[in-house]
Amino acid sequence: MAETRYINGIQQALLEEMADDSTIRVMGEDVTFGGPFGATKGLVEAYGESRVINTPISEATIVGMAVGAAITGLRPVLEIMFVDFITLGMDQLVNHAAKLHYMTGGQLEVPLTIRATCGVGGGYGAHHSQSLEAWFSHVPGLKVVAPYTPADAKALLKSSIRDNNTVLFLEHRGLYWTRGEELAEHEQVALGEAVVRRAGKDITILGVSKMVGTALKAAEQLAEHGIEAEVIDPRTLAPLDLDTIVSSVKRTGHLVIAHEAVETGGIGAEIAARVQEAAFNELAAPVMRVGAPFSPVPTSIALEKEFVPGPEQVIEAVRRSIAYNRVA
Amino acid sequence: MTTSEVSRDDLRSFLESMWLIRAFEEKAAEIYARGKINGLLHLGMGLEGVASGAASAMRRDDYVFGGHRAHAHAIARGADITSMMAELAGRSTGLCGGKGGTMHLSAPDVGFVTATGVVAGNIPLALGAALSAREAGREQVSAAVFGDGAGQAGVFHESLNIASLWKLPMLFICENNGYAEFSPLSDHTLVERLSEYAKTYGVPRVTVDGNDVLAVRDAIAEAVQRARAGKGPSFVECLTHRLRGHYEGKKSEYERSEIDSKDVVRIFERKLIESGDILRDEATEIARLARERVEQAAKAALDAPWPQADQVTTQVLST
Repeated sequence: MAETRYINGIQQALLEEMADDSTIRVMGEDVTFGGPFGATKGLVEAYGESRVINTPISEATIVGMAVGAAITGLRPVLEIMFVDFITLGMDQLVNHAAKLHYMTGGQLEVPLTIRATCGVGGGYGAHHSQSLEAWFSHVPGLKVVAPYTPADAKALLKSSIRDNNTVLFLEHRGLYWTRGEELAEHEQVALGEAVVRRAGKDITILGVSKMVGTALKAAEQLAEHGIEAEVIDPRTLAPLDLDTIVSSVKRTGHLVIAHEAVETGGIGAEIAARVQEAAFNELAAPVMRVGAPFSPVPTSIALEKEFVPGPEQVIEAVRRSIAYNRVA
Repeated sequence: MTTSEVSRDDLRSFLESMWLIRAFEEKAAEIYARGKINGLLHLGMGLEGVASGAASAMRRDDYVFGGHRAHAHAIARGADITSMMAELAGRSTGLCGGKGGTMHLSAPDVGFVTATGVVAGNIPLALGAALSAREAGREQVSAAVFGDGAGQAGVFHESLNIASLWKLPMLFICENNGYAEFSPLSDHTLVERLSEYAKTYGVPRVTVDGNDVLAVRDAIAEAVQRARAGKGPSFVECLTHRLRGHYEGKKSEYERSEIDSKDVVRIFERKLIESGDILRDEATEIARLARERVEQAAKAALDAPWPQADQVTTQVLST
């Protein structure tokens, strides 16, 4: 199987979907120039400026404009350059995109995909590095997708674009140049389906986005010490594939959740709560969380390194879970 | 106002439309006072001229996006008043099955797409619909209707900029009634005429007397024509009077004695009688028929069943 990069998976998904559906409009800041990372490279040459639309730096309005276009016949794919900037568009996202289908009694649909770069790396600082998936997952009416592999980036973006709801498609900047197998021709991945990245019997580790890789690294090291970890990639955070997670936890009895967002109020808290409701008796230890400390993302790479949890923090959480003595 | 160039049938239609809106709002106020409508009810008494004038200059497949005070525009577009009243009362037969209510009416089949409870929130939506309209190539236009309070919001300015930059077929219809929620406009800005902002962005603008339905109609018709011809957006500012308080239960800013002289429906009716375009008895009959229709709508709405409990969690996502 040929290999590709994550960023190319995204670019390919856009090219292919635009060929199939003339209502798709790619819009956002600098998209005609490929955006800062090249995700939209080649689109304007292929489809012209009427379908690949450069917008002013007006996030509050371009989110709303994309919603307005979506409810009147277009299928916009909006790029928000960094997810941090979506804070400016939260009214349109939370009050309009997420609620219009419901508030109108199902009369309007909002087939909108919002792509946004997230994640820490390279000293970008507090306004270009956040992971905000928990905010979006808290809002009824939104879908939230966070792919890890290049093949998933392509497959899930295609599924997001075809979905008739507003989908937040979160791309970790640190994954853009990672390589992986290409998506097989005609292969599809539905939203809301988790995948087991590594099978194991002793403990379940769930990683979000780039932290899937961190979890896999931790699992390799644990294997050297005789601990076989199962690694789950949820891929979609809303709606969450709880069944896959719970069935794994029922076999292993242990769960560690790792994400790059701050641990407090993160998506891990929600997953932990739901797993303990569904599998309390099978759990041999409390669900452990590994996330960033409760601070903004620092800029200095010396501090950044401390901020993002690595495999050693995941291993430490695994050890605490396995060593936990449950008093009957 | 000159009525001479308008046919008697059209003049009569305006009066019928305005009386229907007025009767609906009066009935809504009455039902609200009886506790049969909940929530925050923002009535549009005094704004009938803008709604009727605008609707008369637009096509059924044009898009209108209202704000929190938008009953008048939905009615003027032709939304079913029974379904509207049922929506206000939270019944299953409402336009949105009781999930939208007074501030989130939606009747896309007559071009009243949706309304928003967030001041200025509808402007970017209308901008997006204008983009859809341009791409569809059917010479449709998209209109955002907002009050003077929206002029101090960021999206108002961003949307003016983009609509102008891309020459989108969009109408900015401002109902400048001098009050932003509870505060006079002068508390919020030194800019008295919102149309002044349009100048900066190169958007053609006009300020008209919102109490003159024919002036509104003419201004909107010109803006619509410009949009359909691919010449971009326009800004129509209508100077109006909000005859009730910000929402029901709050006091009107006007003295009782003042209200009649600022009342767009009475002004238009008097004008038609004075010009001989309509007999006093005919005008009385138009008002009576409007009230009768609304009475029947209200009865049907309040007799309608409540939504089933399972409706709380349906339509969260489109399936």
